[in-house]
Order: sequence, then C-alpha cells, then structure tokens
Amino acid sequence: MTSAGLIILDPTNESVPATRQLLSRPRDVAGLTVGLLDISKPRGNVFLDRVEELLIGRGAKVLRFSKPTFTKPAPVDMRHEIAMNCNLVIEALAD
Amino acid sequence: MTSHAPKLPDGLVIVVKRDCATCQMVEPLLSLIAASTNLTVYTQDDPTFPESVPAIHDSDLRVSWHHSIDTVPTLITVVNGQETDRTFGWSRADWQRLTGLDDLGEDLPIMRPGCGSMSVDPDRVDALRVAFTDTPIISRHVELSSAEDEFEAMYARGWTDGLPVIPPTPERVLRMLTGTTRAPQDVVAIAPPDLVELTVEKIAINAVMAGCLPEYLPWVIAALEAVCTDTFNMHGVLATTMPVGPVIICNGPGTRAIGMNSGINALGQGNRANNTIGRAVQLTIRNVGGGRPGEVDRATHGNPGKISFCFAEDELGSPFTSLATERGIALGQNAVTVFAGEGPRCVVDQLARTADELTNSLVACLQTVHHPKLVIGFDAILIISPDHGRLFAQEGWTREQLITQLIERSHTPGEQLVRGASGIAEGIPPHLRDATLPKFRPGGILLTFAGGGAGLFSSIVAGWANSAIGSDPVTRVVGS
Repeated sequence: MTSAGLIILDPTNESVPATRQLLSRPRDVAGLTVGLLDISKPRGNVFLDRVEELLIGRGAKVLRFSKPTFTKPAPVDMRHEIAMNCNLVIEALAD
Repeated sequence: MTSHAPKLPDGLVIVVKRDCATCQMVEPLLSLIAASTNLTVYTQDDPTFPESVPAIHDSDLRVSWHHSIDTVPTLITVVNGQETDRTFGWSRADWQRLTGLDDLGEDLPIMRPGCGSMSVDPDRVDALRVAFTDTPIISRHVELSSAEDEFEAMYARGWTDGLPVIPPTPERVLRMLTGTTRAPQDVVAIAPPDLVELTVEKIAINAVMAGCLPEYLPWVIAALEAVCTDTFNMHGVLATTMPVGPVIICNGPGTRAIGMNSGINALGQGNRANNTIGRAVQLTIRNVGGGRPGEVDRATHGNPGKISFCFAEDELGSPFTSLATERGIALGQNAVTVFAGEGPRCVVDQLARTADELTNSLVACLQTVHHPKLVIGFDAILIISPDHGRLFAQEGWTREQLITQLIERSHTPGEQLVRGASGIAEGIPPHLRDATLPKFRPGGILLTFAGGGAGLFSSIVAGWANSAIGSDPVTRVVGS
C-alpha cells in the first residue's frame, strides 16, 4: 500500500488555546492586593508566611488562599475569587 | 435498513450476482416470477446477468449496503415502499410463499445456501461504510503527502506514546465504531487535563491507533469513563511526580469473549486485548486530554505500565469472589476497575504451606509499599497467583478473611514508624509515636487473582496518594 495521499483522522481535541497578552508588571506592589495561593503541599505555608511578611513590608495587602488538595486544579470558585479580589497572585509549590 | 437507503420498488426485489452458483441455479425462475408480479432485479457484479430478465446494476453496491444484503440471492417483498418479508439463498418453500407461485422450482433441490453478498466482502466493506454511513465522523481529516511516511508523520505530530501507531484512516475508525452502539458524537467524559469533551469518535480514533479490535471499544470507553472522574483524578495522576498511571482490571465473561489474558504473563506482553485496551486509554488521555510527559505529566521516573497496564481477573480459577463483585457489580456483568498504580513487584514465597504462613509473607512484602515507614496513605493491588491461591482455597479462606488478616497483621507500633526511627528520616509525624497503625486503610487492598498455573509468587502494585487527597479506585460497568 502506498502512503501517497493517505487520509488519517486527527486524534487530538483539535482545540486551539486562546492566546492572551500578559499584563505588564507593576512597578511596585504598594497599595496592590496580592493573593497567595497555597497548593496544600507540606511546608508550603512556611514559604508563603515569609513571602507575606515581605509583601506587607512593601505596602501590599495580602489575601491567603489554599487549594483543598495539591493533586487537583484549584476549584473554579476559588479561581474566580482570586481574580475578583486580587491584583496579583503568587502560586506556591512546596517540599 | 439505514435512513438514507434508496427506496425499493413495490413488488418483489431480488439481489443476485453472476459469481454465485445458487443465483445461476434460480436464474431460470426469474422470468416466471416476472410474468406474474412486478419483479425488480439488482445485480452486483455483471450487468449482463441474469439474461432472462432486465436487471439494474448495483455498481456501487449502494442498494445492497443500505438494505443489509448479506447473502445472494436475497428475495424481498416490498409493499408501499416498505420491506415486509425476505428470504435468502434458495429455499423452495420460502420462494413459493413470497412469489405466490405454488409450483415454483419443483425441479430444484428443497434448499441451497446462497453466497456472500459483495457488500459484505471484507475487502470492500470498510470503504462502503465510509461511503454510505449515516453517522459521519467529524474529526479533521489530515492528508499526508506522498513524501511522508505515515508512521513518521504521526510520531512527528506528537500523537504517539513513542511506539508506532496504526494510521487512523476513516475506514478503520468506522470499523472501530461498529464495536459500540453509542453514537460517534456521544460525550463520554470531560477529559483532563485540558477538560475537553471526549467523544466516542475520538476514543475510536485513538483505539485504532493503539491497535484495538472493535470488540475492545466498549472496554476502552468504560475505562475512560472511570479515569475521567473526580474520584480517580486523572489530572493528579498525570501531574504527580510519582510513577503511577491507570492500572485497569477487567472482570466479567466479556474478558473471555474478547480473549483477554488472565493467565500466564497476564501483566506482560503478548495479548492484544490486554495491551491495546490500556494503550488506547493512555493515548486518548494524551491526544484528547492533552496529558503529555514533560508537560502536565511530571513523573520523576514514570513506569513502563504507563504505556499500557491492563489485565483480566481469572474469575473461573479464583478461590475468591471477584474484585468486581466486591465492588458492587452484579455477577455476570462486565466491568473495569481503574487504580492509580506503579509497576508490579513480585512476592516470592515458595516455602509457605499454610494460608497463615503465606499471609505473613504477603504482609511483610506489602509493608514495603512506597516506604516501610509510611502507612495508610497508599493503597495497593494484591494479585494472588494460582499456586498461592491454592493455599487459601484448601483452608477455605474467603476474600474478606484474607483482607482482614492482611490489614490486621500489618499493624506496626508508631515508635518504629516515626521520623528518625531506625536512622531513617522518612516516616510518620512525631505525634503518632504512641499509636499502633495498620499499613492500609479499610478498603486499601484491592485483592485480585491472575497468573499462570506454575509459580509460588504473587504480585503487588502500589498505588498513589489515596482518598480525596489523591485518587480512589473507580469501577464502571462495560456498556455495549
């Protein structure tokens, strides 16, 4: 059998990811609300506690969020809440 | 008859071909029938056959395909455009009944079987299905250039698991879809990690690529339904750095009907159903879900079972009730159970002669799942072999009894498990020092039975983070 002109069917989901422009980085964080998303891995809070201290020291307001489990994406409601209430977000790994 | 079938004229319709001795035998009767009723003859191969009456050449086999002609000759009664009766081959009584000619073919044998219709010729049927199917496939058609090797082209597009895949041509995909009664555009699940609708058609494409036969497709669909649940958490199974993937255990009489292996080398290579069902699940997650190594799949090492890890339980040989029964599936139903697991490891005990002794050995080996000092957080599949199973059978141990004993005997004092004990940093938190803890949570051992008839070994497949934190096993009935 020749492969010339062989038609095959696309096995993928055929979706094209939306491309979005990144927002420009703020010059400083003073007066901005920064969300800290703890993915709920052990000791992630240790790291985020220190980040929170540093941010507050620079005049930012900090809101803390925790995923129910590190093994699953953050729930839609939590993502929405972060988007509505924060200017910036930092998602932390751990271990 | 399909919905776009060409309408048959009222009266009698007969479909024949010259290359059929039975058609040639009945040929002299056709003019007799035509003299008494409105007869329409369709001929498949030679437009000059039959010579005694005019015939319509079914050159593209459209009429034969749409009216499900499996055998020639086929004689059909049509009233007001609707088929009301049919017979195939030569049956004197049937032909006399349909034609109303009481003495038709008295000089012919009472019956003679017909020949295969060209519309079911294996060399033609796939192309006819593509040409005439009522449920067209809608996936993007990719035309490879003549300079491309199709196997290299599919690898280059990132569609494979690293092994060659079968090119999913429309003919092959439509043939695969005959394995299920579900419509191609039925949405089976939302496939992680990209959270896209997973249709039967996309599963069929990936099942072709994996090397499945159509009769495997319902098993692939059921396994994908199972892994694409929040309970199984395929997203996490992909994203974890641990070496786990979906392990698929199949139960029910259908495992034997499709020739699955539950015996010698059940977890290994060589059986088409075992290996391609698991592979189709993983290819679908890769291609439709978007779960690819190095992207969302972050496994430190992975394991070879992430290409495919699927086997059947040997229900007929097992001294225990089946895993599916244990998980609420009625006896005789086909089911799949998916488990987030790593590769299998062997338990050697060639000296135990009692169920009690063997249980102690199994416990000792199960304690090593992921780390001897980590408990409760990981489940495991325990695959008992026939030689080991015999020890439990001869003492009448039940599934429940064995599992209870395994968990009971796995209790360990916390002081041996806490971080730092035995000079090992890993372990349970210090506040559990005074507790005595089992290795497994209730339900944390999935007991199953498989393997060849010789070998005093069993096998353990360690799991991933269990419960709502990570993944729980999921069982689904296999549909049609």
